[in-house]
Amino acid sequence: MTAQAAESRDLAVVIGLEVHVQLETDTKIFCGCSTEPAEEPNTNTCPVCLGLPGALPVLNEGAVEAAVKVGKAIGASIPEETAFHRKNYYYPDLPKNFQITQYDAPICQDGVLEFGHEGERRSVGIRRAHLEEDPGSIKHVREGTESLEARTCSIDRADYTLIDYNRAGTPLMEIVTEPDFRDPAEVRAFLEKLEEVLEYLGVFDPTRDGSLRIDANLSVVDAEDVDADGEIDEDVLEEANRTEVKNISSHKGAEQALSFEASRQKKLLESGRAVAQETRHFNETHGNTVAMRSKEEEKDYRYFREADLPPLQVSDWKDEIEIPELPDARRERFQAEYGLSAEAASKLTSTKQVADFYEQLAREYDADLVATWVADNLLGELNYRDMDVTDIEDRLEEIATLVELVAEEEITAKNARETVLRGMLDDGDDPKTIVDREGLGKTSGDAVQEAVEEAIEENPDAVEDYHSGEDGAINFLVGQVMQKTGGSADPGEVNGLLREELEG
Amino acid sequence: MSYNAFITRETIESDAEGPLADKTVAVKDNISTEGVRTTCGSAMLEEYVPPYDATVVERLLDAGATIPGKTNMDEFGMGTTTETSAFGPTDNPAAEGRVPGGSSGGSAAAVAAGEADLALGTDTGGSVRCPAAFTGTVGIKPTYGLVSRYGLIAYANSLEQIGPIAPSVEEAAELLEVIAGPDERDATTREAPWASEERAGDAREQREASGDSYADAADGDVEGLEIGIPTELLDGADEEVVETFWDAIDELEARGASYHEVSMESLEHAVEAYYVIAMSEASSNLARFDGVRYGPTPDYEGNWNEEFAAVREEGFGEEVKRRILLGTYALSAGYHDKYYKQAQDARAWVKQDFDSALEEADVLASPTMPVPPMERGESLDDPLTMYLADANTTPVNLANLPAISVPAGETSDGLPVGLQLIGPAFGETEIIRAGSALA
Repeated sequence: MTAQAAESRDLAVVIGLEVHVQLETDTKIFCGCSTEPAEEPNTNTCPVCLGLPGALPVLNEGAVEAAVKVGKAIGASIPEETAFHRKNYYYPDLPKNFQITQYDAPICQDGVLEFGHEGERRSVGIRRAHLEEDPGSIKHVREGTESLEARTCSIDRADYTLIDYNRAGTPLMEIVTEPDFRDPAEVRAFLEKLEEVLEYLGVFDPTRDGSLRIDANLSVVDAEDVDADGEIDEDVLEEANRTEVKNISSHKGAEQALSFEASRQKKLLESGRAVAQETRHFNETHGNTVAMRSKEEEKDYRYFREADLPPLQVSDWKDEIEIPELPDARRERFQAEYGLSAEAASKLTSTKQVADFYEQLAREYDADLVATWVADNLLGELNYRDMDVTDIEDRLEEIATLVELVAEEEITAKNARETVLRGMLDDGDDPKTIVDREGLGKTSGDAVQEAVEEAIEENPDAVEDYHSGEDGAINFLVGQVMQKTGGSADPGEVNGLLREELEG
Repeated sequence: MSYNAFITRETIESDAEGPLADKTVAVKDNISTEGVRTTCGSAMLEEYVPPYDATVVERLLDAGATIPGKTNMDEFGMGTTTETSAFGPTDNPAAEGRVPGGSSGGSAAAVAAGEADLALGTDTGGSVRCPAAFTGTVGIKPTYGLVSRYGLIAYANSLEQIGPIAPSVEEAAELLEVIAGPDERDATTREAPWASEERAGDAREQREASGDSYADAADGDVEGLEIGIPTELLDGADEEVVETFWDAIDELEARGASYHEVSMESLEHAVEAYYVIAMSEASSNLARFDGVRYGPTPDYEGNWNEEFAAVREEGFGEEVKRRILLGTYALSAGYHDKYYKQAQDARAWVKQDFDSALEEADVLASPTMPVPPMERGESLDDPLTMYLADANTTPVNLANLPAISVPAGETSDGLPVGLQLIGPAFGETEIIRAGSALA
């Protein structure tokens, strides 16, 4: 590529996404099997999700409700009636060799998701979002005597393939965006926001393996074909060769894969070569994409109606499905209601769990103090340890206890963070154990009073000095009391108590 | 002699007290039985043993029935003669040397030969009614959604229903009583909407009012019954079959029924539409048989697709392969609109025609089959002729309606001829009552 060629064209990137999200439901989309990850392969299965001959799908209403919630959150239109189709293709992870999905009557259409990117509000159109069943998972294995994990390898080196149907039938929602992205970083910001919204809706668990899978379509066009509003003529898009990048499973991976792909296509075009219309596989380890198959080899899925599932009337039902306050609204309310800064409100609404936790404590204690504790201390210490709130979700009660100790001034803020919180996170102890062990509790009134009385009795000289007007004497006595209480008493309070006692 | 009515003779007993406690009920081999192999008449499933019972099997056992075995059938239900079975053809006890009809030929032969008191068949395009007609027995194809398909290994799932085969209408009705009714495992089942129809016939009102069973409707009372006869279903039928049909209609008339002829133009296209839809669905329903979990597992070299193809080449018979290929073609991009979509339009038209015809009649009548039972081996080489033999039965499946086949008499050679009575949706009592006047 010559410098001249590079200068001759000003290029723009166009990206659209298909995001597959595992919906959080107790049971699978077409049978009663649990969706919880199982230790043993092929244990959360039944005739339906195994696709045994004669078994029939029955739609899980929980999956429909979750999908309707997503639709409402992205302002999509939800039709009166929705229906399922079969997508026919042969693959060993697909128990029936067809996938039950939605085709011409998806449950959500024409939505939009707003997100912030580089200080600006961006909005991306959601063309459609539909329900479908997840296939099983497969593992390619070499012969040998080592552990199964050690023998797991790529398909070209494998001797055989193992199939686990535990995942088969997990409800998936495929969210298809308009080709509205102009830059890979934007994709990442969008995905972060999408995940935030899905979490708020309680329909998504980001910690589950494979809960988010992304296919991205990317093409490069002449910048002059993009108008001032960022719109591109449909014919231009139709004409541009695009690649579909598969196997993306994280926000970061999406940005990486698409940055690679964008520069790969740009280089081809800048050097006067054409971009092949093909499907490419993202290799996360190498951060690159490799060709899988050309578009000509793409399958004809022979979609047709799934007659085993009657069309579903969602018209009257959808109005009864409520969604919680979404992150943007909550952020604004936190600022107004608790007087938080934009930054603090943003941190505290980053996940629904954090926001709920903050709000629970802010109702009981000083909202500012709690904000500092949750946004700065807790999230800060977690972040330092590469953890997030989900890692300690069963310990939020303990954190609440710690905040209470601080709010009630039972321990000092410094001790609370540096000794108790860190101890909790590093050693797994509960706050009261640490406070007792380290003797951090500000000593209770009775004990201080006792120490005051003792100090006076044991130091008649100092008492005499005090009465004769020697001011230094009180400091000596305070020091004695502090010593007796192991430093946990409040010096100011001790001073007051001593004077009261000596004057009385 | 053996008619080869059974693929697997293995008795499944039940201790339950119930209406079928002293009855044996043979079960077609495409209906899943826990622990007893279920082959669909195919080499592909020769060793497949289901880990669960079909809903209808549960209901049979709860009703005290004994299942004497699994009956022979055309492979995956694809045939009209029970000759495409990988387990050999079944002979016709009512006309030896001739086919027993299909695809539920084993079930009908078992009943006709007295090897079972009753039997379950499945009817996708006539597979209960055809063998009933050819063996001189009674067969009912229920309204789509009346009987659970859970555990029925699908051939064409939008068309098929499980139905009873019995020596008499009353016994068929008793068996229907046991298997009918909604099932939470089959989302297409429904409670019969007895009261909601604007055109509620006398029989339906009676059943609703009295809570009578289907068997109670087999009282032979056809006084005032109005029969519609679609002329298209007589066109091209065998002369002796037509004669026997009219004799049966005369008998019904003599007992107080009246009839009129009706033209239903859509029926000219029903067989074509039926085969396009049935084959399309079959191409998808049978996709799971790829050798990974079912079928022969020879040690093929090559990639997955090559192995799948090799297993399917070996495991499926000719007729099954033909239908899968045609169905795949009909659903393919570029042909979908021309075949599959057009067939769906024709289906809607057929439904509409039946709705209109049933506004003027309580039931519609036709010969069940346009021909008497064929000689064995006669039709195997001529699939098109075999498909056309389904002209009178397939429209009923397209329209999701109930129909019964009852013996109408015999040809001069003593070959059985069946009369088909078609009712409105969930109008089983009406066809049972009308049919019971003849058998």
